[in-house]
Amino acid sequence: MNSAVRELVVTAPENTPFIETAREFDAPVAAVFRAHRDPDLVRLWLGPDGYETEVPVWEFRTGGNYRFVQRSPDGREFAFNGAYHRIEDDLRIVQTFEYEEFPEVVSLETLQFVDLGERTRLVGRSVFPTVESRDAMVAAGMENGMRQGYDRLDALLG
Amino acid sequence: MIEDDRLDRSFAALADPVRRAIVARLSRGDASVGELAEPFDLTLQAVSKHIKVLENAGLVRRSRDGQRRPVHLVPAALEELTGWLDTYRLAHERAYRRLDTVLENPEEPS
Repeated sequence: MNSAVRELVVTAPENTPFIETAREFDAPVAAVFRAHRDPDLVRLWLGPDGYETEVPVWEFRTGGNYRFVQRSPDGREFAFNGAYHRIEDDLRIVQTFEYEEFPEVVSLETLQFVDLGERTRLVGRSVFPTVESRDAMVAAGMENGMRQGYDRLDALLG
Repeated sequence: MIEDDRLDRSFAALADPVRRAIVARLSRGDASVGELAEPFDLTLQAVSKHIKVLENAGLVRRSRDGQRRPVHLVPAALEELTGWLDTYRLAHERAYRRLDTVLENPEEPS
């Protein structure tokens, strides 16, 4: 078993508006898909450490909408929403994604579930409206990490 | 934005396990070359060489005062290095580790 793929791989080629992610899970595709479909399961894993996630809107079907709100340990709220452009069970989710602080920056996300038998590879592709908005979004994600301080250092140093 | 050249040098510096261990030790506090050499089966010269590489990458600095010349970490350089993509990656990786846990207990949605 290649343990290298168990860790998330992120690629964000310079001067492009793309972010690609790849990660393998030790579970069959149906289970991984269910963990994305069922909001009670999604709440358990989505978002930064220590944040609580609420899912006020979750219409998990082609043409449906979603909205989720994450509350940081110090009580600040971050809300996200989007529309499901297309859902193909156990295969693919295509959706829009908006961080409500920046409603003009909507990205298009494709999440692909690759059946590896007892394992699943999850491949994500995000396309942002501009290179700048991609970089800004990645930098915003960084803010969460900043608060987790030296955890990152530990991870980097293995 | 990040200076690519310096970033390259930083990553190259950290590609070596001895140098990563040195940085890990320094994250807990300053240390002399001798103290840094202790855990390794290496000569002081070899360790000094590793420190030099880290210094050239801007990751550590040596103070000039006194005889001890302790080595200390440059936190800003490390912030920059662990910033951007890596932080993004780690935030997502943390979520996916929780997903691993969810997948280990598929029958217990709370």
